[in-house]
Amino acid sequence: MLAVRGLGLERGGRALLAGLDLDISSGQMVLIEGPNGSGKTTLLRSLAGLSRLGLSGRIDAQCDELLYLGHRAGIKQLLTPRENLAWACHSQGWNPAHIDSALERVGLSGRADLFCQHLSAGQQRRVNLARLYLSFDAQRERSLWLLDEPFTAIDRGGVAELANTMAQQVRRGGSVVLTSHQDLPLDIPLRRVVLGGAQ
Amino acid sequence: MSLPTPSLAAFLSASLRRQLLLAYRRPVDTINPLLFFLLVVTLFPLGIGPDPAQLAEFAPGILWIVALLASLMAAEGMFRQDYEDGSLEQLLLSPQPLYLASLTYSFAHWLVTGVPLTLLSPLFATMLQLPVAALPVLLASMALGTAILSLVGSIGAALTVSLKRGGMLISLIIVPLYIPVLIFAAGAVRFAAEGFDPAPQLLLLAGMLSLSVALAPFAISAGLRISVDAG
Repeated sequence: MLAVRGLGLERGGRALLAGLDLDISSGQMVLIEGPNGSGKTTLLRSLAGLSRLGLSGRIDAQCDELLYLGHRAGIKQLLTPRENLAWACHSQGWNPAHIDSALERVGLSGRADLFCQHLSAGQQRRVNLARLYLSFDAQRERSLWLLDEPFTAIDRGGVAELANTMAQQVRRGGSVVLTSHQDLPLDIPLRRVVLGGAQ
Repeated sequence: MSLPTPSLAAFLSASLRRQLLLAYRRPVDTINPLLFFLLVVTLFPLGIGPDPAQLAEFAPGILWIVALLASLMAAEGMFRQDYEDGSLEQLLLSPQPLYLASLTYSFAHWLVTGVPLTLLSPLFATMLQLPVAALPVLLASMALGTAILSLVGSIGAALTVSLKRGGMLISLIIVPLYIPVLIFAAGAVRFAAEGFDPAPQLLLLAGMLSLSVALAPFAISAGLRISVDAG
C-alpha cells in the first residue's frame, strides 16, 4: 500500500532521517516511535504528501483512501460538529448518512449542534476523530490511515474505542501508521519503527 | 493514486455554503473593509476641500484607490483561519480538484467583500460628488474589478498564509498586479464622468477577469501547497 525507498528528511539544515526504507502492506499497523523532535510528525506529513520540503528518496502510495489526522484539528470553531463533518464528507466522498453514528461513537451526539468553540479541547479532538469513523464506514479498499498522536487529550474509554476501531481497520485489510507516546491497548501485531538514529 | 472522485458539484456548493456561513457568523471580516472605505471617503473632502468640481475630478481615482486598499486589507486574512485550524491540510488531502476549490474560495471572498463594496460604491461616489451619469459605469467597473482583486489577492494570501507577519509581503506581491485594474477601472469611471465612451476600459477589465479566473487558481493552489508544506 505504501512503499518508501531511501527516504531522507532535512529540517533547518539538520538531517532528521536518512535512508529510511519502509514497506507498509495491507493489514499492517505501524507505530512510529522516537523522542520529541525526531521527525515523527514530519515523516507522517511526508507520507501524506503534505510535506515535500527537504525530502529526498521516494514515496509511493497506492491507496483508495488516505486519512491523515494531524496536530491541527481541521475543524472550524464557528461551525458545529455536524457542519464540520458534513464538509469533510463532501470533500472526502464519505456518506453523510454516517455522521450521526460517527458523532455517537465519539460521544458527541448531544453536542452535534453546538459551535465547536464551545466544546472542550478533548471534545474538539473527538470531532476530528469522528473522521476516522466516517472513513471506516466508507469501507474503501486499500484504506490507509496516518494518525499523528491520535490519543492526545482523549479519555480512557475513548482510547479503548479508538484502538478497537484501528484493530478492525487492520483486520479488514486496511493499514494504520501512527505515532504515540502511550502504550496501545491492542491485541494485534504491531510493527515498530524507531526514529532518532540520525541525530 | 486512484482515489474515487465524489460528486464534484455537491462538494463545490458545500464549500461555497460553508464559506458564506462562516462569513455570516464572523461578519467583522465583511464589515471592516466597508467601514474603512467609508472612513477614507469621509476624510477626502476634509483634506482636499469641499469644492464639488475639484472632488468630482478626483473621485474616480479616490474611489478606486480606496477600493484597492480595502480589498488588500480583506485579502490578507483569507486563508489564515483555515491554515491555523488545519482545514487547509484536509483540503489539500481531499481527492477533489484543488483548482476548483481555490476558485470557490475566491468566489466566496468576492461575494462577501467585493459585492458589498460594489453595491455601496454609488453612495460613496455621491459623497465625492461623482456625476450621477457615471454611476452605472462605476458599478460595472467595481463588479468586474473587485472580482479580479479577489482572485489576485487570493494568490498573495495563499503564498503568505504561513508567515506570522505577512502583511507587508502580501502588499509587495499583489499591489503590482492590482495596478492594471486601478488604471483601467479608474479610467473607465473618469471617461464616463467626462462623457466619453468607457466601453474599451470595461472590456479590458472583463478580459483581465477572464484571464484571472483561468490562471489565478493555479497560482493559489501552488501557493497553498507551499504554505502548508512550510508550516
